[in-house]
Amino acid sequence: MISAELAAPYARRIAPRLQVERLSKSFFGAQVLHGVSFEAHGGRVLGVVGENGSGKSTTMNLLTGVLPRDHGTVLLDGEPFNPASRRESAAAGIAFIQQELNVFPNLSIAENLFLTHFPRRLATLPFLSRRDMNEQARELLRRVELDASPTSLAETLAAGERQLLEIARGLSTDARVFIFDEPASSLTVREAGRLFDIIRRLRHDGVAVLYISHNLEEVLELSDDVMVMRDGRVTLHEPSNALQASDLVVAMVGRPIETLFVERPALPTDTDTVLQVSGLSEPGILQNVNLQVRRGEIVGIAGLMGSGRSELARALFGLDTYREGVVRLGGTVLPPADVRARLANGVAFLTEDRRREGLLMDASVADNIGLAALPMFASLAQRIDRPRLLEAIRALGKQVRLKSADLQTTPARSLSGGNQQKVVLARWLLRQPRLFILDEPTRGVDIGAKQEIYRLLAQLAGAGTALLVISSELEELIGLCDRIYVMRRGALAAQFTRDQFDRAALLHAAFGQEQGA
Amino acid sequence: MKAAIPAGKLLQWAPVAIFVLLLSIFGALSSRFLTVDNLSAILVQSSWLVVVATGMNAVLLTAGIDLSVGSAMYLAAVAVGLGLPSAPVWVCLVCSVLAGAAFGALNAAVIVRLGVRAFIATLAMLFIGRGLGLYFSATRIVYANASVADFGRGRLLGIAVPLWLAIGVTGFGWLLLNQTALGPYVRSVGADAEGARRAGVPTKAVQFSVYVLCGACAGLGGFVSLSQTAAASGAFGQNAEFLAIAAAVLGGTSLFGGRGHFGAPALGAVLITIVQNGLVLVNANPYAYPVITGAVIFSAALLDSARRRLLGG
Repeated sequence: MISAELAAPYARRIAPRLQVERLSKSFFGAQVLHGVSFEAHGGRVLGVVGENGSGKSTTMNLLTGVLPRDHGTVLLDGEPFNPASRRESAAAGIAFIQQELNVFPNLSIAENLFLTHFPRRLATLPFLSRRDMNEQARELLRRVELDASPTSLAETLAAGERQLLEIARGLSTDARVFIFDEPASSLTVREAGRLFDIIRRLRHDGVAVLYISHNLEEVLELSDDVMVMRDGRVTLHEPSNALQASDLVVAMVGRPIETLFVERPALPTDTDTVLQVSGLSEPGILQNVNLQVRRGEIVGIAGLMGSGRSELARALFGLDTYREGVVRLGGTVLPPADVRARLANGVAFLTEDRRREGLLMDASVADNIGLAALPMFASLAQRIDRPRLLEAIRALGKQVRLKSADLQTTPARSLSGGNQQKVVLARWLLRQPRLFILDEPTRGVDIGAKQEIYRLLAQLAGAGTALLVISSELEELIGLCDRIYVMRRGALAAQFTRDQFDRAALLHAAFGQEQGA
Repeated sequence: MKAAIPAGKLLQWAPVAIFVLLLSIFGALSSRFLTVDNLSAILVQSSWLVVVATGMNAVLLTAGIDLSVGSAMYLAAVAVGLGLPSAPVWVCLVCSVLAGAAFGALNAAVIVRLGVRAFIATLAMLFIGRGLGLYFSATRIVYANASVADFGRGRLLGIAVPLWLAIGVTGFGWLLLNQTALGPYVRSVGADAEGARRAGVPTKAVQFSVYVLCGACAGLGGFVSLSQTAAASGAFGQNAEFLAIAAAVLGGTSLFGGRGHFGAPALGAVLITIVQNGLVLVNANPYAYPVITGAVIFSAALLDSARRRLLGG
């Protein structure tokens, strides 16, 4: 903190490393950036926050030449800068750690690190020097404290380690501007600690760091300046020491958010049981899991990473099999590993992985929403009742408050992460499932979209859907659920009803300690 | 999934296992099979396929495909046979490589510039190339000049010259894929072309160059084959695309892109030639040849799918 205070007046006097003036961009006729201006200084960290779709990622894509800009100027150390490709911006010294990992699992770790700038044996010949490459790679891996051999394939790394690899790739270029787009979201607490050390070291070395994140506390702690974006405009750009998280929320959403969660009436005790699971076991994964979810009930599953939460969800939806146990829906027994039987019985499943969720990225938003509901509007031999389908889709788009200029022409690819998640949700809303299983429904989603997703889930429960929500955010489960099961080592270790909800007690159950210990 | 990793690792040795298996089967069935003469004949026979499959290997690594290599071979043979009736052998060699490269550049332009899918673009080029060759040769057999035929029969340091070419091309493949940036580039494009572009890989140049390389290899392969047979009928090089793809995949390169190594085409081409040679030696019914060749291609694809499933690639 001391170095930041000392550096601040100095940095202010010299010209900014990056000066962005009136940047604008349109997609498919919809303007997503309206004259964005800001500056970033060497030796300072600029935190960038904003809701999904506010234009943060687009701004960074323009700065790094991934997308061409419509209007505006960028000065890099006083020189006009307009890269035509990521290759050009990298050569100019801009490192970009992207939200979507760009690690190639089929290449070695060293090849991943030097993909665009292999060390050569002789500068004049195109032959690369594996020895130099592996040696430099070892040094870089040490800097990010990643314990792996440069010659092993990147597919041997876990998700958080791949993120560190991506960061090491940025370090290998000796960049003068470092852009991090939500780097901490897939990191463990320890790995995140390493990342913050790296960022502080970069700042100390005089690099200008741009740090995009949804975690407001993290941004305030790490940054010297903060910039907030909303609807393609910069709504706040100030030093961070005078700011509080609530200031950022107001600038992000345009209004203060008092309550994230919808107040729901207590559930009558006599509603029917929709999901009845008894004795579910799979060696090494699930141990004798018994649970029920009633009509209109929201049931949460808490637990540490690796406690078997996601595996349980996958088994319930029939993606994975189980050795023993019975899953009943209504009174019907669902056979193991049979997704079709579950779909036919009105079970829906939502994962955090929107790519694999089966969003057709190039198809329009309307087509994506309509896909799952087509059978309701036409049998195989019939013509699709298009007007009726479109009307249903439009009503839904409105219901989930999709910010999409025209549902029929906008491809899903052009939506932000939070809005893509809403499209997936809308798709299931159209089918009105009896049981909805959600795995991390709000990961990587900003606060405004979160609030809307919670509202939609409460609405579904009100209409009689039984919901099973898996989440690593305790606040989310406490705010949303009627009941919470805590999972530990593949078994349900404890159960809490709403009047018993207590952060500490839940954590104790998850870690396997006696209460009050 | 823990048990799957050793199985996946084992599958990587499948080409070698098939190799040993085929050698022992044919060796047991025919006393002439495991002789030095026959084994070296197999290597010489496989030379053209090694050359063609090396280019195909690079294309497959980018998750692309080139169905037109057989036609490129034919065009190169027609160009050399008709256009250079008395030229020295090295001129013929260079010209066939250039003819193949030009053909490949046309493929590349359609695929990279116009954005046509490689499967469709090269399928069209398969017919266009064959048709052009038949048009120029007026469907008559084209003969290699004496210098080219001598080249095909020649030996250097006791090793047949076509085999030297196959060794040289495999070495060139090693140089490109293991010693220059093209190797990681090609693999990154094969794994995720958009990701590679975002990472700063010149994806268009990479794709362009592999199709040109594939065409050049096909042209050279056509030259090698012509020098060995001394004549090219209208069916010259027909079905070579399938043999070349099967060779690369049998040797361990994935049809899904991104995975494979420089030695795959040589290993696979020799495997396929062993089958063809062995069938002759055991006096198999000639009508069974295409059935068995088809079974080999099928097993190559099956092997690839199994590898992909187990390695999660």
